[in-house]
Amino acid sequence: MLGPVDYALWVAGFVLEAAVVVSMFYRGALARYFSIAVDMACTFAAQCAQYVCSLKFGVSSRQYFHFYYYSDALRTVVLFFVVIQLYQHAFAAMGASRYIRGGAFLLLVLTMILSYIVVRQHKAHLTEGFVVELGQDLYFVGTVLTYILWGAMMKLRERPAWLMQLVLALGIYFSATAGTYALRDLSPAWRGSSLIWVSPIAGLWLPVAWTYTFLATPEKPLFVTSRIAVKAQ
Amino acid sequence: MIAALIYVVSLVVLIQFFVYYCRSALASSRKVALSARVRDAAGVGGDSVAADDFERFLELVRLCPENSADRAGIRAVGTYYSLLHVLARLSQTTVPSVAAWAERERQGCSHFAAVALDRRISFSRDLFVQQASSRP
Repeated sequence: MLGPVDYALWVAGFVLEAAVVVSMFYRGALARYFSIAVDMACTFAAQCAQYVCSLKFGVSSRQYFHFYYYSDALRTVVLFFVVIQLYQHAFAAMGASRYIRGGAFLLLVLTMILSYIVVRQHKAHLTEGFVVELGQDLYFVGTVLTYILWGAMMKLRERPAWLMQLVLALGIYFSATAGTYALRDLSPAWRGSSLIWVSPIAGLWLPVAWTYTFLATPEKPLFVTSRIAVKAQ
Repeated sequence: MIAALIYVVSLVVLIQFFVYYCRSALASSRKVALSARVRDAAGVGGDSVAADDFERFLELVRLCPENSADRAGIRAVGTYYSLLHVLARLSQTTVPSVAAWAERERQGCSHFAAVALDRRISFSRDLFVQQASSRP
């Protein structure tokens, strides 16, 4: 049975996902960060489908459990496309788009092959533990990819403020969710604890932070780190 | 074992991402000059705001109508400010250079809150003008 907090989180999620797309459109960034709009649309669709599934089978059913986690895993794969686009923007000036596309394609193929092998090996027992482990691995790959991107951006002389904040917000989301999944994987006793709220709240963080980036942050590049900026002042 | 490793790495990376997210938000607001109306509203005398002014600015921000666009930034910087406050207290006697850095960062947080207040005042005025113009 869904409680008022569940409904509040659901409604807030819908509103915030729409807010990201509207703010991108308002600031003329829709075409440039198209993958973010696609991700928001996919999240919106997944949440609608989860709601229908919860009505049909109930939130404590196995069907809902598996649907929730597998749709979440698919959404994480969609988020990888966002990471790829952020890589492209970060290294556009270096003319490395071709290599990034190649690398991203390779990463995608490897992820698909690995997922296929893992699912094939576990098809007889696609248990709760397996679903949590899959989510944990996908989020951790996202954390590593975002960390590499951020590390590379720190070496660039010109750091666009939008891009910097989009990457950092995504990094917070990936690392918080990967950590939560790992904690749940460490001890099955924690699976039913308050940790179940971390993922939905982290899910709200991403659209809130991205809306903030598009609406309240100037697009001008942050040429220098704040430490150097203080020295310059 | 792998889950423990993932947990530790994710936690360390999360802290790093969070600190840099807050610092990038502060860096973008640092370039914004404070308007006279914010100085008047908060009773700021000099050119720069003090590190301890953050709470006062935040209270004034809360008095203004909510604007969903800046909520994430204010919450994140609020958490960052609280962490810096603890760090400054702990390092005051042991590592003065860290305490001095934390003080500078806290001052940046106060400036960020002042800029947020300025935006909220503008937002409130726009709302008031819209309501006044829509009345018959």
